[in-house]
Amino acid sequence: MRVRLDRQEQLLLSELLDELERLLDDPDDPELRRLFPPAYSEPAEDEQYRSLVRDQLVSGRSKVLETVRTTLGNDELDSDQADQWLRALNDMRLVLGTRWDVSEQMDYGKLDLDEPRGRELAVYGYLSLLQEQLVEALG
Amino acid sequence: MSTLIAPAEVEVEQPVSDEDLEYERPWIVIVWNDPINLMSYVTLVFQKLFGFSLQKATRLMLQVHNEGKAVVSSGNREKSELDVARLHAHGLWATMQQD
Repeated sequence: MRVRLDRQEQLLLSELLDELERLLDDPDDPELRRLFPPAYSEPAEDEQYRSLVRDQLVSGRSKVLETVRTTLGNDELDSDQADQWLRALNDMRLVLGTRWDVSEQMDYGKLDLDEPRGRELAVYGYLSLLQEQLVEALG
Repeated sequence: MSTLIAPAEVEVEQPVSDEDLEYERPWIVIVWNDPINLMSYVTLVFQKLFGFSLQKATRLMLQVHNEGKAVVSSGNREKSELDVARLHAHGLWATMQQD
């Protein structure tokens, strides 16, 4: 699969990778709640599930971020790398979407780019587009 | 360690208690609708994780989208936990409960 990202896009993704990597240091950060949702409605059962899988979910995500980081400048991705890109883009969207409480229908025309919220939601929209194109290329 | 030859054992009928029945009730894995995950991505994840056809994956994705949730797999507790963890690794909002 061919990828063509310009320097600015690579820089933006690189910053987002850094931010996500930093956030993963504390998986209990509320901003990551969509990355580690509960499996059980019963808190005691869920605690058990968390203790079983939490470390694996964190290390799996770190590995995915690392793959994207090392292939960021590539012109081509194999299907496994593309799959990991999809997951990384999705994780970035989950963090930004949770942070700014996005709805299903976003009106990107009304974003105030002078505000952090507007800027990050513009990034969210860009990531959505990129992810959609990647899904299409993989499907 | 697995072996293909089963040891010769005498089968003993055990009385079935309520507890056994409780234990055997299957678990179901539910994926819930959320405003972030893309419809196309959810469909792709269903195909990849469960080997569903595009048609079946799309039908389940639309059920999640339109009805708020869909059951995507079922089985014993261990298998269901594994399925939930794989869905969580892909960023989907999945829970499990006994059917």
